[in-house]
Amino acid sequence: MLIIKDLHATIDGREILKGINLTVGPGEIHAIMGPNGSGKSTLSYVLAGREGYEVTGGSVTYDGKDLLALTPEQRAAEGVFLAFQYPIEIPGVSNTTFLKYAVNAIRRHRGEQELDAMEFLKLVRGKTRALGISDDMLKRAVNVGFSGGEKKRNEVLQMAVLNPRLALLDETDSGLDIDALRIVADGVNALRSPERSMVLITHYQRLLDYIVPDHVHVLAWGRIQRSGGAELARELEAKGYAEFAERAA
Amino acid sequence: MPNSPSARRDGAMAAEQSGTTTMTSAIQPYLDSFHDLIPGLPGAGLGWLDRLRHDGLARFAATGFPSQRVEAWKYTSLRALERSVFAPAGHATPPAIDRLPTVAPDPRTAHRLVLVDGRFRPDLSSVPASVAGIASAGLADLLAGSPGDVPTTLAERHLGSVATLETGLTAVNTAFVSDGLVIHVAAGVAVAQPIEVVFIATGGAAASPTLHHPRLLLVAEPDSQVTLVEHHVGLGDGPYATNTVVEIVVGDRAVVNHTKIQREGQGAIHIATTAARIGSEGRYDHFGLTLGAALSRNDIVPILGAGASCRLAGAYLLRGRQHADTTTAIEHSAPRATSRQVYKGVIDDTAHGVFQGRILVRPGAQKTDAYQINRALLLSAGAEIDSKPELEIHADDVKCSHGATAGELDDDQLFYLRARGIDRDDARRLLIGAFVGEAIDEISDATVAAAVRALADAWLTTPAAGSQKGMGS
Ligand SMILES: Nc1ncnc2c1ncn2[C@@H]1O[C@H](COP(=O)(O)OP(=O)(O)OP(=O)(O)O)[C@@H](O)[C@H]1O
Ligand SMILES: [Mg+2]
Repeated sequence: MLIIKDLHATIDGREILKGINLTVGPGEIHAIMGPNGSGKSTLSYVLAGREGYEVTGGSVTYDGKDLLALTPEQRAAEGVFLAFQYPIEIPGVSNTTFLKYAVNAIRRHRGEQELDAMEFLKLVRGKTRALGISDDMLKRAVNVGFSGGEKKRNEVLQMAVLNPRLALLDETDSGLDIDALRIVADGVNALRSPERSMVLITHYQRLLDYIVPDHVHVLAWGRIQRSGGAELARELEAKGYAEFAERAA
Repeated sequence: MPNSPSARRDGAMAAEQSGTTTMTSAIQPYLDSFHDLIPGLPGAGLGWLDRLRHDGLARFAATGFPSQRVEAWKYTSLRALERSVFAPAGHATPPAIDRLPTVAPDPRTAHRLVLVDGRFRPDLSSVPASVAGIASAGLADLLAGSPGDVPTTLAERHLGSVATLETGLTAVNTAFVSDGLVIHVAAGVAVAQPIEVVFIATGGAAASPTLHHPRLLLVAEPDSQVTLVEHHVGLGDGPYATNTVVEIVVGDRAVVNHTKIQREGQGAIHIATTAARIGSEGRYDHFGLTLGAALSRNDIVPILGAGASCRLAGAYLLRGRQHADTTTAIEHSAPRATSRQVYKGVIDDTAHGVFQGRILVRPGAQKTDAYQINRALLLSAGAEIDSKPELEIHADDVKCSHGATAGELDDDQLFYLRARGIDRDDARRLLIGAFVGEAIDEISDATVAAAVRALADAWLTTPAAGSQKGMGS
């Protein structure tokens, strides 16, 4: 599904990713953990195609295609979805308009019929209810005035509606209260399928209690320092990242 | 982006000098033609009108067209108007009636008054039978003594009473005033259906460029309510010029909603002065959508009575080498009046937007509440905006704030939309549409707002021929 080989990337000439290697198979869930500033979000932005990040080496293959050659919208249409660590506010564009544009853009790309207003509402309705998102939140401008938790739930709503094949969730659990965490985790688990792969970036074991990953990686100082199973996350919770600090020094 | 609310108290700025111009050569042909034209103009011989025309001419002779040395014209040059001599508009063949532009959802029931090259055309106009309490007449007919339902003395009482002769432009319009439209709304009458006044310019096709000076007078008597749509459309892209003066009298407690849509041809010069006098507790809302003309200038000059309120808003969407100047001057002349201004500009290619917003609070106009914001979105490196707020406050118990911002589309927002599959062009349109939408939201009439929104969307999706991105750079 996703093969990252020796990926190097810089921001403003400063190297942040220093040779990432990661392979995510179909249906697998990978968790990436690591200290603040280690490059986790940078990796997710590079995968989603954000401008300003220069790839200086390595390759990313998605479904056999060179992912890095695609525009952000092409990547989304091909099924890559990034849940933002800090969702962006867009004044003047309603959540509904935004979602409808996105759904239909992706459907057009896939050669599918666009949804009309009724069909779209039907698609969205069931999913908002499960995520505890009110009609009012759909009518409001995208993320404007949303609480931290509402923004995160809104990201999961977008994921559920857009039905991606590779979901990158960048700290979707941060800032959630215990009930919201459960709602979000249930939402994510509902999307778990043999055709859908996920990369969860998180700082907390808590999330991984709900969504049990197949693989856990430690990203520190621009590299995957260690990989293991679900037990690695529990070990990190106990010991922290000191070990990797010594290694990098 | 700088956003600096501030207020000046008792810091009267030096009164603006109305510059005297040496460009007599540019105005000489107009002066020369005056004495030949005057006897043939409608209403010639009426004492009050002759005086008004002569005062207009005298003022125009003294000031000429405004020069850039005048502070209020610092960013906009009328040299294009001075360079060639514009002839008065002739009698043009209008388009078929079913193809006349309109914002009405159903043209068959529209209340629509049509002027072609500044001349009122009753044959092209339609007034629904059900309308009571509203009267309208061509200005020429009224001056020539056939006022229809309009009170006979309306023009004498109000013409030139709201729009003063201060600038050469109002002066020359007044000197040559011959046709236009007069609308009268009787006291206590509330009309829901908008009255649309369509100004069609056939210009650009004629051998020599034409200049017309249409005049619109709207008198809303006390306690009345009316919605006016002023819709300027050019049929050709050749050179022509229009110098419109709109005078609006808002009676005590009356409400006038005024939307102006400017879609002149690409070669046009559009100059307009909109002057409003708002009675006590009256309300005047104005929205301006600027889409057309190579060069346009809108002067909006409301004077607020006690407890009156005024909302000025607008969107100027410019590309190619267009130049559009919106200059407002709100005068708080009595206590407790409120004014609000919300302007949005979207500027592409090497187009140039200008916004000047002046708020004058006269001595004694206590409890004034005035707000002003102008925000511009610059879509290309060559796009330009000049934004100049000016507060002149002579009362101590007032609330005045203003702000101006200029910037580009937000990269984070663009990326967020694209990361959801929306392609770059659609994402840009969504964001620009949202930006402009904040100004359009100021329009209170839902039908008019929808029509304005549709025109703005059309601008976003179909760039005018020959003015695509990058053309000017
Ligand atoms: N636009 C930018 N300009 C300069 N430096 C940047 C920029 N964005 C990120 N960085 C730097 O890149 C490094 C990696 O940042 P990144 O956001 O990827 O970390 P992270 O692992 O996601 O951290 P956290 O756990 O705090 O979210 C940091 O040192 C950060 O300061
Ligand atoms: Mg991060």
